[in-house]
Amino acid sequence: MFDSTFDAVVPLLCVILAALAAMGAEAFRARGERMPIGGLGIVGLAGAGVSSVLLWNRNAASFGVILADNFGLFVTLVLVVVGVLTIMFSSQVVRRDALPAGEYYALVLFAIAGMIMMATANDLLVIFLALEILSVAVYVLTGIRRDDQRATEAAFKYFLLGAFSSAFFLYGIAFTYGVAGSTRLDRVGAYLAAQSMSDSPLILMALALLLVGFAFKISAVPFHMWTPDAYEGAPAIVTGFMSTGVKAAAFAAFARVFLSAFEPFSADWAPIVWIIAALTMILGTVVGVAQSNLKRMLAYSSIAHGGYLLVGLVAANEVGKAAILFYLLAYAVTNLAAFGVIALLGSRDRGNDELRDYAGLWHTRPALAALMTVCLLSLGGLPPTVGFIGKWYIFSAAVSAGYYGLAIIGVLTSVVSVFFYLRVVVMMYMAEREVAAAMPPRVTGVSMAALAFAIFVIVYLGVMPTQVLDLASASIATIF
Amino acid sequence: MLALVPLFPLLGFVINAALGRRLPKTVSGSVASAVMVASFVVSVMIVLELAAMPADQRAIEQTVYTWIASGDFVLDLTFRVDPLAAVMILVVTGIGALIHIYSTAYMHDESVGEYARYFSYLNLFAAFMLVLVLGANFLVLFVGWEGVGLCSYLLIGFWFRKRSAADAGKKAFVVNRIGDYAFILGMLFLFARFGTLDFRQLASTVAAMPPEEGVFGALSIASLLLFIGATGKSAQIPLYTWLPDAMEGPTPVSALIHAATMVTAGVYMIGRNAVLFSHAPETMMIVAVVGALTAVMAGTIGLVQNDIKRVLAYSTVSQLGLMFLAMGVGAFGAGIFHLYTHAFFKALLFLGSGAVIHALHGEQDIRQMGGLRRYLPITYWTFLIGSLAIAGVPFLSGFFSKDEILYETFHGGHTLLWLIAAVASLLTAVYMFRLVFLTFHGDGPHAVGVTSHDVGATSPRVGATPNDVGATSHGLGAAPHLHDAPPAMALVLIVLAVGSVLAGYVGIPHALGGHNALATWLAPSFVPVGGEIAGEAAAEETALELTLMGVSSLIALAGIALAAFVWLTRRALAAAIALRYPTLYRLLLNKYYVDEIYDAAVVRPIQALSQEGLWRGFDVKVVDGAVNGTGAIVDASATLLRRLQTGSVRAYAGSLFIGVVVILGYYLWR
Repeated sequence: MFDSTFDAVVPLLCVILAALAAMGAEAFRARGERMPIGGLGIVGLAGAGVSSVLLWNRNAASFGVILADNFGLFVTLVLVVVGVLTIMFSSQVVRRDALPAGEYYALVLFAIAGMIMMATANDLLVIFLALEILSVAVYVLTGIRRDDQRATEAAFKYFLLGAFSSAFFLYGIAFTYGVAGSTRLDRVGAYLAAQSMSDSPLILMALALLLVGFAFKISAVPFHMWTPDAYEGAPAIVTGFMSTGVKAAAFAAFARVFLSAFEPFSADWAPIVWIIAALTMILGTVVGVAQSNLKRMLAYSSIAHGGYLLVGLVAANEVGKAAILFYLLAYAVTNLAAFGVIALLGSRDRGNDELRDYAGLWHTRPALAALMTVCLLSLGGLPPTVGFIGKWYIFSAAVSAGYYGLAIIGVLTSVVSVFFYLRVVVMMYMAEREVAAAMPPRVTGVSMAALAFAIFVIVYLGVMPTQVLDLASASIATIF
Repeated sequence: MLALVPLFPLLGFVINAALGRRLPKTVSGSVASAVMVASFVVSVMIVLELAAMPADQRAIEQTVYTWIASGDFVLDLTFRVDPLAAVMILVVTGIGALIHIYSTAYMHDESVGEYARYFSYLNLFAAFMLVLVLGANFLVLFVGWEGVGLCSYLLIGFWFRKRSAADAGKKAFVVNRIGDYAFILGMLFLFARFGTLDFRQLASTVAAMPPEEGVFGALSIASLLLFIGATGKSAQIPLYTWLPDAMEGPTPVSALIHAATMVTAGVYMIGRNAVLFSHAPETMMIVAVVGALTAVMAGTIGLVQNDIKRVLAYSTVSQLGLMFLAMGVGAFGAGIFHLYTHAFFKALLFLGSGAVIHALHGEQDIRQMGGLRRYLPITYWTFLIGSLAIAGVPFLSGFFSKDEILYETFHGGHTLLWLIAAVASLLTAVYMFRLVFLTFHGDGPHAVGVTSHDVGATSPRVGATPNDVGATSHGLGAAPHLHDAPPAMALVLIVLAVGSVLAGYVGIPHALGGHNALATWLAPSFVPVGGEIAGEAAAEETALELTLMGVSSLIALAGIALAAFVWLTRRALAAAIALRYPTLYRLLLNKYYVDEIYDAAVVRPIQALSQEGLWRGFDVKVVDGAVNGTGAIVDASATLLRRLQTGSVRAYAGSLFIGVVVILGYYLWR
């Protein structure tokens, strides 16, 4: 039906069409009429998922700048899962908080479109374009509750700093173009491979500025400052969405740029990333211990998880590369499910996201408490969950690549991190419910189905990780 | 079939966790006990099957499925039972089943939901312990290792309304995490070095290498890291502090943790990696010294504690020290032998103390007890047998195993360590019989002549124990109204008492005309597959062994006599000694102030770093600026603008910019 030129953008198109349809539906919706706009989004995402599966192993390319290689498709599939789970969790939240449904879902879908584009882009400018598409959507989503002062403030800060970091990123692209004469990753890579002996300051400038741009998006220390505020201010489900989707997309592009185009210069960037990874893991964990607000705690925890991903990037051996993708999936599902629980427990006027709000949850909502426990144990990396496998892979990659220091820091921080995850578990099971506390709201079937699916993935991949690990290591092989 | 062993308790967990609140107590208790008994029966069948095989091929493996396979790294979820694991599964399921049965009576005053919660944790705990023991590679073992840590946390903190219990649970977890940290690093290190985590493959690879004499090489580092992990799980210096506090949990839980599971994990892990450890003599020396020191240190603390369970807790630490000493001098069989006999008498002692506490409605202070032998005959006699066994009185189980450790230590040329261990044995006899005499002998119980309400007033622990709350109806009135253990508890005590007497007879030393069947049985587990199994003890050493045996018997009897002299006839003497040496007494009573030292040296600085340093100091002051400090309610009209101009965003951007400058600077001026 199409020229094969368009093959690689089919997943992207599916999502964009769904987003446009959502916008249209909202425009033609009579006041008070209820429309299954979220369902529309799921259809679009399903289309993206199916087309990704069909494109597998075909290395389709469109216009030379969108490359649907297995690496990009793997991340696309992760993003599809993130999107579907987000929409399923959102259905309840949108109704409860009376959010403008069409607008909300359209923004989520546009954000996902940007993320998919970022994961499959083969050109620095397209990556930048994708980055902006997803960022703008996420800025708005952060402040989607216009009556909430904190949310608005968080959105504004996020926007300003995002713009600031985008400037660095763009500057980096400009330098790259100046040096290599192209923004296409394959050409840049070819040029740099030929130059690898010379230490041109321009190349290093480009490298550093691009690094900063990515580091900001994956909230690596010291570019993480916006994260706790934005994560705490945004509605819980949006936080879950951006802490997983944005991070996955940004990491995919980061890995692609630094492991393919800038691979010849890995001796130059690895030490810097080493330090950033160490700082990120340490700060995320140590500060996380001191938090009593669950959203803020998970914000720091997600900073720390970014650090573990960076360890995989530094190690960059066979195991490490596969570990990055596997960890992305593991982290995305687990973290989103955890934020999903937080979102489902909130009410319109109160987030119910303080630690003490979880006291005795086991007695009021045993199923939610049990599901949350699995998520938290997985985030903490306890066997036999997916989080354990992911961490094991990351750290054994680091050790076998000779990065003992990173492994020691990583294991230490992940051991410490269990402390704060477990604090929530203790609250849920081993604390009395405050007498005055309101009964947590009921959870709809759709949200429960989403949670059940996420838990299934967490346990399944903890017990049977082999297939997905193989898939991950096969797919990341395509970008080198 | 192997997988059934952990699967049965797991099934019990699932049933009690999912349906427990709707099941009557009798059902949930019976289910939990029945799955343990089923698991025990399966274990016995497996061991019989194992025994029918030729000695050097005794191993049954079951690969459930391939857990992780990517690239050249293949890791199966494999269970393997060899002679060592066989002993362990029998101990875990056998003693574990008895403790479950005992619990059905002990926890009877809990509400239906709590009762089910208790048994679900208990089953899960046993399941993880069995995974730990049966795992054929480090990663499977680690699943169990982490699992028992988590469950012990839940069980110790079971009575979370009691602050001390919640704290004790937390402490157990935190201390265990420190050990786990080293353990994970050890695993990663081994994996990076050898590319496998399977115990057998590791053993054969290591066996081909020369022992690291006089150098501290890769094997020493790896084994040392693993040993640090073991000090966490098995409560050795420096990570033993959680175990005495762990007695805050329900008493059967203490019995389970101290006797059959959890603390034995570290000893087992060293036995499992005997080949690796024997190739790292430097680590072995550290293991032996740490074990010996722990044995003496915990013994001295045990002398002066006044809480019946705390004395037993320190005694566990001390006995574990002896086991590590055995491992450290290379007497792996002796260490496991002591682990096995210890499981019987320590379970018996803890459960006996539980019967005492049960009868006294939560009283745990031995100074408030006395004369209980008249009221609790079954408890008394069984407790006495347990004490005789742990003290090492001839021809009870503890005698054989402890004697073997002492003999092997002396025989290995570690005279000083032998001396330390002998002192620890003496201490064992003294503090155990101090406990017996203070609790069961002397004139009537002090705590029970008064009403329970007064007991509650004198002992802070009583009122807070939920177990006790429902029980205040017993024992009211002027006359002591004490009843001995109810049938389920009494039965378990008697079975364990018989075990404490007889368990040692599987390891009668050659010197006494026995065959040391257990050592022969275990020997193949401590050498690589196809390796040479150590020969029988030579005849000329019999004289030495008999001499040492006599010495240790004398030590045990002397300890008991000393305790009888002081606490039966001259009670004032103990107090006088304490008064005479107040510094020493307080040092021991306060457990060498180790908790306080850790608190000041480790806990506080970390808290300060997290709270004040990195968060308040860095992320809040520099970054969050006004946001959290002054709260969100600021002058509504100007909030946004003002904060953007003067507050955090500028700081954020500043930090971003500094980051850029630092990175660029690094590149341009390196």
